[in-house]
Formats: sequence, C-alpha cells, structure tokens
Amino acid sequence: MSLDAHVVLQRGTLHVDVSFEVGPGEVLAVLGPNGAGKSTLLRVLAGLTAPHGGRISLDGKLLDEPAVGIRVPPHHRPIGMVFQDHLLFPHLSTVDNVAFGLRARGESRQAARAIAGEWVARMDLADYSSAKPRSLSGGQAQRVALARALAGDPRLLLLDEPLSALDARTKLDVRADLRHHLADYPGATVLVTHDPVDAMALADRLVVIERGRVVQVGTPVEVSRRPRTDYVARLVGLSLLSGTAQGRAVVLDSGAAVQVAEPTNGPVFVAIRPAAVALYRTRPDGSPRNVWAVTVGGVTPYGETLRVDLHGEVPLTADVTPEAAAELDLVIGARFWASVKANEVAAYPA
Amino acid sequence: MSQRGRVERQVDGATGVPAVLLVPAALAVAFLVLPLVALLIRAPWSTLGSLLAEPAVRQALRLSLISASLATLISLVVGVPLAWVLARSQLRGRTILRALVTVPLVLPPVVGGVALFFALGRRGVVGGPLYDATGVSFPFTTSAVVLAETFVAMPFLIITVEGALRAADRRYEDAAATLGASRATTFRRVTLPLVAPGIAAGAVLCWARALGEFGATITFAGNFPGTTRTMPLAVYLALESDPEAAIALSLVMLAVSLFTLMFLRDRWLMRT
Repeated sequence: MSLDAHVVLQRGTLHVDVSFEVGPGEVLAVLGPNGAGKSTLLRVLAGLTAPHGGRISLDGKLLDEPAVGIRVPPHHRPIGMVFQDHLLFPHLSTVDNVAFGLRARGESRQAARAIAGEWVARMDLADYSSAKPRSLSGGQAQRVALARALAGDPRLLLLDEPLSALDARTKLDVRADLRHHLADYPGATVLVTHDPVDAMALADRLVVIERGRVVQVGTPVEVSRRPRTDYVARLVGLSLLSGTAQGRAVVLDSGAAVQVAEPTNGPVFVAIRPAAVALYRTRPDGSPRNVWAVTVGGVTPYGETLRVDLHGEVPLTADVTPEAAAELDLVIGARFWASVKANEVAAYPA
Repeated sequence: MSQRGRVERQVDGATGVPAVLLVPAALAVAFLVLPLVALLIRAPWSTLGSLLAEPAVRQALRLSLISASLATLISLVVGVPLAWVLARSQLRGRTILRALVTVPLVLPPVVGGVALFFALGRRGVVGGPLYDATGVSFPFTTSAVVLAETFVAMPFLIITVEGALRAADRRYEDAAATLGASRATTFRRVTLPLVAPGIAAGAVLCWARALGEFGATITFAGNFPGTTRTMPLAVYLALESDPEAAIALSLVMLAVSLFTLMFLRDRWLMRT
C-alpha cells in the first residue's frame, strides 16, 4: 500500500502526463529542469491544484479521479508538505507552528502542544521553542518546517525543493539531517528538486521529468551510470552519445566510431565521464583507445578542475587540471586530439 | 563642454529641489497647513476648559465617539468578510461589486443621506415594510447616525483590508490547507493574523471618517441634541451662535485627527 499516481494536467502550453508509484518508507525524487512541471505535480498530490485527468490513490484510498468527479480537498488528505521557502507562519512560535496541524486536525490545545514539543526536541530545537520564525536561521526554519509536516503523522510526505533556500554550507548539514529523518519516516515521500546531488543523496529512486513527461526512472546509481537523455547526462556530468553497437564497436549517429568495454548489439547509449577524456596536441598512439579530432568550444571552472566543452565528430566534455590547461594553451577555437580508453566507455541498450 | 554642463546639473538635481517644483510645493504646504494654524491662533485658550466642559459639548463628543465606534464595529463585522470576497473569491461580477460598494467614497455624503432615507426611511424600500411589521423606524435616531456613518466610512475599511489581503502571501494559506486546516480555520488562524495590521489601519481610517461625518448624518439623522447631534454638527451649529465654541470643538476634532495620523504613521508617514 502506497502512493499510486497518474497525473494529467494542462498548464499553459505545458502538457503534464506522468505516472509513478511510491512504496511505504520509500523516498522518490522527482528531478527535472525548471519549468518541467515538478512543482505543479507536487501541488496536485497535495490537492492544491486540480488535475485534468489521471488517478491518484494513497493506501488504496482515491484522492483524485477527475473522470468520475472525485477530488479530496487538501485539508482532508493525510499529507505533510515542506515548502520551498518553508512558509512558517510568521505570527506563530516554533512550537505553535509545529502544533498547527495537530490543532487543525482536532487535537486539544494541550495535546497538540505536547506532541509538538516532542517534535521540537527531536529536531534539536528545544531552545528555540518559543522563537518566532524570523529569528530562526535557514537550517532551523527547515527543521521546523519538517517537524510541522511530520507532526500530523501523514501517510504521504511532500518536499518541494527542501534545500534550495539554504546557503551552500548549511545545505550539507541539513541534507544529512533530512536524510536521517527521512530514514525514520514510515510513509511514502515524494521529493521535488532540480539539484541532482540532493536527489542522489536523499532518494531511493528517481523519476526524471522533462517537458511534463517521464524520461527516466531508476535508482540513483542506475540513473547516474546510464543516463537516457542529454539533460540527465549533463546533470550527472557525463557526455551522452547514441549509436548502434556491433560487439565492442559502436557507430554513432554522427558516423564516428567508438570502441567500448562491453560487447552489445543494436541501438545503444554511450556515456563518457569527463575525467576519462585526455587531450593532446598531437595524435596519440596506442590502443585500445578512441581518438578524435576536437575543437575547444568553451572552458568553465568546475570545482578544482576546468570543464572543457569540445566540438567535433564526437561532442565531448573533458575535465583538465589548471596546470594542464596552461600547458596545452586551452583557448576557444584551439584544435586538439581527444583520447578515451575503451574500458572507460560505457555502452548500454537505448 | 555641453556634456560636462549636463553632468553638473544632474549633481545639483540630486541634492536640491528645482525651483520650478519648490515654489508650488511650498504653496501647497501653506494652503494645507495655514487653516490649521489659524485655528490654533484664534483658539480661546483661556476659556477652552470651560467651553469643553459644557454639557452640550460633552454630549456631542460622547455621541460622536460612541456612534463612530459602533459604525467601525459594524464595518469590521461585515466589511472584512466582504474584503475577503473581493480579494479572494472567483465570484463573477466582482469588479462591478467592488465599484458598487466603493461608490460612497466619491458620492457626496448628502446624496448618501438622501439615498439612505429612501432605503431605510419610514416609507423606504426596506424601512417601510420593516416599520409596518415591527414599528421600528431609523430616521432621526441615534441608530440613523450610526447607519449614516457606516455607509460613508465602511468603504475605507473595505479597500484597505482588500489591499492587505491581496498583498498577503497566499501560499501560507496553502500551507495551512496541507496541515489539515479547513478554509474557515485557515481564515481565522492564518489569514486574519497576517492581515491584522491592514485591518487595524482600515479600522482607524474608518473610525476617523465616521467621526467627521456630516452630510449623510444631518440628512438622514437630523440634528437633535443628545440623540443625533455629533461633533461636526455641533461645530457647524456653534459657528452661527458661538464662534469660540466652534473653534474649541474644532480643536478637539483636530487633535483626534492628529492622533489618528500618529497611529497610522508606520504605514504612511514612515514610508518613503
């Protein structure tokens, strides 16, 4: 028993039509670029936006089915939601924010405050129990928002970009903390994010949506190792190419040939890590290697290395150290030879 | 050279006020402030205490405060829900509704008084049947004063609260809904506290407008000492018989107005 959702919705020119299931205790991340329909999807699950079609049921209970006129209003759904910028009620203290849902669902003032107090303590916020939201830090506000959503004992937890309002340093702590709390939560969780790191770190399973459609489903490892669209490949930092395999040789759609590690046959995706790409001024020898002529299209800092976009018969991304970049004289328009060992190239059925 | 000249002029403009604006602006200040200063200059300061202690004055003041407060109370009870309807509902014809209920803002108050007469008078559209059925009649009673003031002042509350509701972040209401709060609970526990400053400002404006109401009151309620003679009516009457008393009464009204502005200073005076 869990969440079973098929959501159909027209939003301006965007037609959303996605299906997914989430099991009890499972964390599903919906990953996608801005404007892909992620937040709309979450609002539909919460009952804040009416879908135009499909069917949503939670633990076997129907929440939405427009075709037969069923729509359970948000306040009758057993859900908890954490909003992007937390949306803590500014006029209520920490403990009253957490107690709000309990009160609204019929607990007495005393019982609600007692339960809320436990949640506040569990989130290490006991010292801020009577503080107003404006005096809390981003990380503290995020924990209050999570406690508020969980205090009502929801069957479905919805998280809308829960970490995006935080600065980079806080984010690391809060992400670890959130992971810990999600592990304790027995219900289904749907998390919406555009940050692949958050998705990989928090989710048991990913659903990638682009332009309102599901383009890939899988565990974080599956999705990051074997991306199926350019968007996912760029998110996880891989160059994605498509072609047709015959044994260890793949002919790309562009006509170039690639030697790969595992033999396959038929239409395949080929994924290459930027760190596996080496650049040379003169054509290198040695096999089994893939060697292609490339032109530098752009250079951007990426962590401690430089990420180089390469054009040519095989479009690639390469990571090089600043020293190597200086030595190679990496300027836009410069011509190089790019080399990748065959055993560094992953090919998998398209 | 010409470019440098232009730059210098811009620097001047950033620090001073151009003469072309300064003169009319000063005239406007003089025009608005001079009458108030004149009132202070002509005030019978030595006898002010005894003038204000007169029973008729105290009666008018008391009636004004009570009727304006009742008018504000009525406006709050029915005006805040109306503001919500105007700001939040998907009701068809909302724009027309808003125009209709804000007409009293621009309607000459005397016309408002006449209109009230034909609606709620003893032979009015509603007042007639009401009188026939219960014997209750509004005109020339204290309740007529309250009704006239409510008619004129409630739109101030409605537009202020509607503005506050529109400015409030509706996503807080979404958050409340996901926490199991019905729309009524959400209104009471989230929306109202969020727009409380707007409601307070609207209530103060409404109260001040009700306190100064003259035209609709004298038309619909008449001018009877003790029951319908409010402060503005007393000022007008005193002007003919006892100008010093008129000034004294006016000073009280001025003090109330200044107090109101002080109350609203966070919203209006501090805004740059």
